[in-house]
Amino acid sequence: MAPRFDPRMSGAPLSPRPLGLGRHASVPVSRRAVLGGGLGLSVMAALSACGGGGSGAAAGDGTGAITLGSNQSDAVPKAAYQKIVDAFIEASGSEVGVNTVDHNTFQEQINSYLQGDPDDVFTWFAGYRMRFFADQGLAGDISSVWENIGGNFNESFKEASTGSDGKQYFVPVSYYPWAVFYRKSVFEENGYSVPTTLDEYIELAEGMKSDGLTPIGFADKGGWEAMGTFDILNMRINGYDFHTRLLAGEESWETDPVKEVFNTWARLLPYHQEGALGRDWQEAAQGLLQKKSGTYLLGMFVSQQFQDAEGGEALEDLDFFTFPEVNPEHGTDSIDAPIDGFMMSAQTQNAGTAKALLEFLGTPEAQKVNTDADKGLVAPVNGMDTSGYTALQQKASEVVGEAAHIAQFLDRDTRPDFASTVMIPSLQAFIREPGNIDSVLADIEAQKKAIFAG
Amino acid sequence: MSQTNTARPPATRRIRRHSTGDRVALAVMLGVPTLVVMGLVWGPAMASVFLSFTRWNGVTPIEFIGLQNYQQIVTIYPPFWPALRNNVIWLAVLALIATPLGLLLAVVLDKQLRATRFYQGVFYLPVVLSLALVGFIWTLIYSQDQGLINQLSGANVNWLGDPDINLGAVLVAAAWRHVGYIMVLYLAGLKGVDPSIKEAAQIDGANQVQTFFQVVFPTLKPINIVVLVVTVIEGLRAFDIVYIINKGTNGLELLSVLITNNIIGEASRIGFGSAIAVILLVISLGFIISYLWQTFRKDAR
Amino acid sequence: MSTTATTARTARTAAPVPPLRRRPVPSARVLLHAVLITCAVAWMVPLLWAVYTSLRPYEETAVKGYVSWPDTLNFDNYVTAWTQAELPKYFVNSLIIAIPAVVLVLFLSAMAAFVLARFSFRFNIPMLMFFTAANLLPQQVIITPLYRMFLSLGLYNTQLGIILINVAFQMGFCVFVLSNFMKALPDELGEAAQVDGAGIWRQFFQVILPLTRPAMAALGTLQFAWIYNDFFWALVLLRDGDAMPVTSALNNLKGAFFTDNNLVAAGAVMIAIPTIALFIVLQKHFVAGLTLGSNK
Repeated sequence: MAPRFDPRMSGAPLSPRPLGLGRHASVPVSRRAVLGGGLGLSVMAALSACGGGGSGAAAGDGTGAITLGSNQSDAVPKAAYQKIVDAFIEASGSEVGVNTVDHNTFQEQINSYLQGDPDDVFTWFAGYRMRFFADQGLAGDISSVWENIGGNFNESFKEASTGSDGKQYFVPVSYYPWAVFYRKSVFEENGYSVPTTLDEYIELAEGMKSDGLTPIGFADKGGWEAMGTFDILNMRINGYDFHTRLLAGEESWETDPVKEVFNTWARLLPYHQEGALGRDWQEAAQGLLQKKSGTYLLGMFVSQQFQDAEGGEALEDLDFFTFPEVNPEHGTDSIDAPIDGFMMSAQTQNAGTAKALLEFLGTPEAQKVNTDADKGLVAPVNGMDTSGYTALQQKASEVVGEAAHIAQFLDRDTRPDFASTVMIPSLQAFIREPGNIDSVLADIEAQKKAIFAG
Repeated sequence: MSQTNTARPPATRRIRRHSTGDRVALAVMLGVPTLVVMGLVWGPAMASVFLSFTRWNGVTPIEFIGLQNYQQIVTIYPPFWPALRNNVIWLAVLALIATPLGLLLAVVLDKQLRATRFYQGVFYLPVVLSLALVGFIWTLIYSQDQGLINQLSGANVNWLGDPDINLGAVLVAAAWRHVGYIMVLYLAGLKGVDPSIKEAAQIDGANQVQTFFQVVFPTLKPINIVVLVVTVIEGLRAFDIVYIINKGTNGLELLSVLITNNIIGEASRIGFGSAIAVILLVISLGFIISYLWQTFRKDAR
Repeated sequence: MSTTATTARTARTAAPVPPLRRRPVPSARVLLHAVLITCAVAWMVPLLWAVYTSLRPYEETAVKGYVSWPDTLNFDNYVTAWTQAELPKYFVNSLIIAIPAVVLVLFLSAMAAFVLARFSFRFNIPMLMFFTAANLLPQQVIITPLYRMFLSLGLYNTQLGIILINVAFQMGFCVFVLSNFMKALPDELGEAAQVDGAGIWRQFFQVILPLTRPAMAALGTLQFAWIYNDFFWALVLLRDGDAMPVTSALNNLKGAFFTDNNLVAAGAVMIAIPTIALFIVLQKHFVAGLTLGSNK
């Protein structure tokens, strides 16, 4: 049976989040074991490199004790973070405390957290969401860290870590793709093949329907799940650049390109699982696991539901394909792959220690600890030993690597107030009554103007 | 304001007769609670009014924008009208269905009846549960795949997920708790009704229903006011139960939820959320003031 | 309603109502009981259903459905919910918040009520309104500024903050009830004390407060249940899940339990137990507390 109990699944998160896989896969937290590997050396390198690199930060550049704010409250990733931090402590002699907060809570309260008494280093998301806080002066400039770790990352990751002022504020630690998940055995048994165009996908869905399957699993009780569908359709139909501009408030929602996205979605809706607004994504994932649904578009954290099922074989049976091409002009060149990582608080008094830790977090050795523990994630860093990857992780890494454009997910690519107070109710209104596209889009546009004006 | 012993009214004493020490004591005894309520309740309530005229995300400077938030709420904020409508429906169901049921139970159980204490206990029991827990418990009844109703009837109704019926479903749960509350209030009121007036009416040939409506009910006026206030407040305050079920979305929008969604989390539309709060405040104060007027009028004389 | 009626009426609740002269025919009685029993059973269904579900293993209900005769009944779900959801921690948090809050709100309200009920000055009525109305506001009306205020005062994400807002918010009701009760106490009590030369403090602590004990017991019971049941304050004003009282933690537990209604049921029953137990043991106080407020 799938893990039935996971406090991190609490409530309805605003955003997809990587979930700890394998509650049974324990992480050994012995410091000696860690230091046996290359971790210690990396820390040394990070520390020595950082010594000279510190450009004048706003707050104190001290090297005293710091705390790290983590939202990884599940046992496995929590242990993995602790292991990374322990390695850093051991090698650097710095004091680092880890404060772990429930993922959902952390996210909902990030504003007050950053204005109140934030940890020196804290977990957050890349892209717009990072910039939002960097622009408000709540995050510390860590460009000096990037001078040392820049070589470890592709340009797209550096871009996602850079604020509107051209400075870096973020170190990417993990990411995961949004894609169409399916069970290999279901495809084999029924002779299905992976669709490469929308028409093929619809044909496949028709076939699944006649075979008694729900073609596309669907849940949107939390309100954020459907954003994944909107994102991929918009990027497939109108391309990444339009998608970015639309979410930045620079394009109107009452235009033909956007209508085309919703019309296409409306065409697909009859193949979606009904009653999505009353269903948690975990329930929809269970439908896929139990072979009641043929496919399910979600983040790779869906694998969490497969982890313990069928003696571990369900996870090996899980596969995915990137959402098929709709508009040949854009092919399948874009994908949602939200990046998680760490930032430094602008208020820190010990930027020296904080930067050393951030630099260490940007090394292959540190990130491997994380991806070894959490099989739902992939590491952004180059030069990492990926022999420990599952087939799913390997494929995720390849698929994202092949994508020309990586989006962060709707609620990370736009203003948070717009995402939560406008997009959630609007997408739900559309799903409830797909015939209402015009009025839904008019509502979004009017509110967008009001919110982005501020 | 006489200071002499003989002229003072029987029920109270004038403050001026007291020593300085005593007057300081009195000031402290009243002052501390007043400050607490002022600082933590009325202060924030007034600050809400101020913030409702601003745009603020909690970080950047506050910007004064006049009535713009209100204007946007009523024109381009789609959840507002459904939320207001749901609040009204909530109120109406509590007032027109749950409250009369509570009254009926109270009247029936007020009689000399075997096991009346037991019945009272049963009907009152849900009142001691939190509304959040009520929502939690009723999901066991309503759950589409595992719930009692669907499993018993073989239906496959999405009770809490279908926006056309979920408000009704939730209101059954809310009423389940409300009925007991109202019953207790009326039971207390009925205990205070002099039995001889009932008997007198019955000797005059009135049947039980006539007796109740013509003789007993009018004497319950003070209780009726309390019941009305309790009902209105419960209707306006409703939050926990829908928040537990689906965070107040998809057919379960309420004003209280909209406020919360706008001010906590990353959204931080503080001015906008405050404006919704002020709308709720004004509606509440309307009822509160008329209640206080009814209650304290006689004392003031 | 005059204020002196309060005590008189409370006292009368225990007195039997004289039997009506014309007793209904027995068959009507039987019918009435049949209807009442049906209603009572229907009323208990949600709770009984929760208890029944909670006692059955998930594996069994997954196969047989929830509406079925049980093969196994045990407390395994309780053990799981208790340990995995860390319920003990949340229960302790509830006590840490509710007990000081109840003590504090009763003490402060008694002082305010004492002044307002036993002494006459120009602002008695406005002050009483000031307190009473504060309790009637929807919580969401004050939350925004309160949230900002707590942030700047360092009360945000502290249990002390939750205690304080509960005290402030519940004070109105307590002042209202206690002042009614104190007004009904004989006037001579205070006079006698004054003749003895007792100051205000002694009058309050040694004369009035002991006499208020029945009202305090009733209010205390009710307030404990209300504060224990409060969901909203901690939801917004606490950040750390570890500090949450059990009612607010429900919001997280719901996600945690989601696929397994048996666990949901076990958790729900355990969280309901404290107030239900309190109600069964102190039913009299519960009802008295509510009706004290309504007898105005």
